[in-house]
Amino acid sequence: MIRVVLPAHLRILARVEGEVQVEPAGSATIGSVLDALEQRYPALCGTLRDHVTRQRRPFVRFFACQQDLSHDPPDTPLPESVCSGAEPFLVIGAIAGG
Amino acid sequence: MGISPPEGEVSRVRVLVGTRKGAFVLEADGKREKWEINGPFFAGWEIYHIKGSPADPNRIYASQTSGWFGQQIERSNDGGKTWEPVSNQFVYEGTPGTHQWYDGTPHPWEFKRVWHLEPSLTDPDSVYAGVEDAALFHSADGGRNWRELSGLRNHSTGNRWQPGAGGLGLHTILLDRGNPGRIYIAISAAGAFRSDDTGATWKPINRGLRSQYIPDPNAEVGHCVHRIAMHQSRADVLYMQKHWDVMRTDDAGENWREVSGNLPTDFGFVIDVHAHEPETIYVVPITSDSLHFPPEGRLAVYRSRSGGSEWEPLTRGLPQSNCYVDVLRDAMAVDSLDSCGVYFGTTGGQVYVSPDSGENWTAITRDLPAVLSVEVQTLP
Repeated sequence: MIRVVLPAHLRILARVEGEVQVEPAGSATIGSVLDALEQRYPALCGTLRDHVTRQRRPFVRFFACQQDLSHDPPDTPLPESVCSGAEPFLVIGAIAGG
Repeated sequence: MGISPPEGEVSRVRVLVGTRKGAFVLEADGKREKWEINGPFFAGWEIYHIKGSPADPNRIYASQTSGWFGQQIERSNDGGKTWEPVSNQFVYEGTPGTHQWYDGTPHPWEFKRVWHLEPSLTDPDSVYAGVEDAALFHSADGGRNWRELSGLRNHSTGNRWQPGAGGLGLHTILLDRGNPGRIYIAISAAGAFRSDDTGATWKPINRGLRSQYIPDPNAEVGHCVHRIAMHQSRADVLYMQKHWDVMRTDDAGENWREVSGNLPTDFGFVIDVHAHEPETIYVVPITSDSLHFPPEGRLAVYRSRSGGSEWEPLTRGLPQSNCYVDVLRDAMAVDSLDSCGVYFGTTGGQVYVSPDSGENWTAITRDLPAVLSVEVQTLP
């Protein structure tokens, strides 16, 4: 089970509070966690990745264990401490605007 | 606008307000004096537009958008008490190609957000969406699936459309109750278009518009239309607030003439028509395209009872000093009670109501986030 921290806007959209947990199919990678998130919370489809290109939206970043994973390929395995549940996978909205 | 209840029955109004930081639902009885304010819904998200179905007032659609996380369409089936996200998949049909960028260079079409939602006059599950970059979408299943009416974007002029300062947005959609095949739309800064075949093909309807930044007086497209309004009893008569100039057509857009008349300035965004008097129209003059606030800091609605040209200021209850708010293009509406109510919202977060066709104004609320849109439902 992967712990995921969503930004406030997406928690409101998905109707959740606090962290969410998802179970990716197969090994835990950036892509499989995003797939699991979108499957469990369909309203998040298109908010993290483009519907068509599947590319990360420009103002969305992914972090874990103090590492920026935003530019890693989707099949990049997540750190062991994220897979074990010790650390969350963080979805961050770029800090800009009001 | 809804249908007025029979005489003697208690009626209500529900005002749907989209703001920079969420949606609000304001309700009152027919006196429109005491208001219940609910919200924010979708707090933190920009709500470009929120509008109810004329066929079922419990069905309401909202455009929820964010520069970070994109677009979502929310739907309520209980008059705005609860909501569900229904879809955000707006995909242009085919290979989108390019339009013109601000500097005249080609720029690829990119979906950014939904500016305006127009529910069908007869079917609660049928709704149109006007989007940026400019295109028209339709859903026949309550917003779950969207299909582009690509005849508009693929019009031969499409590659010459250029964005206005706020983007290349399709912001106005007018449906004709007497002619279901007819749709009017407007785009900043391409102009106005009409379809007579339910959106399959489109005709630019901009003859008579004059814009100082367009050298060709007969330019087919390129005009920065801010808003068009229509009364359902006379669907060939349209009123337009252009970037500058208030305009009118009596032949479904084939020819426009200026009706700015004695307005203190003919720049502005909103324009609307009285519910029961097709020749009574309202605008809110704004100083200029560089000074987006009322002239001399005095907020005034102007009313014409002759379909334009002759205007009177309506100021009773509106701030007459130190007022520097704007009223954006989708932020005015009218109810259909016997004494027609007029509503508008400001970028300062005020929502004003006049229960008597504009004679007297009061603020329903003063401290919302900047108001992007105002719609009103007249309920039995």
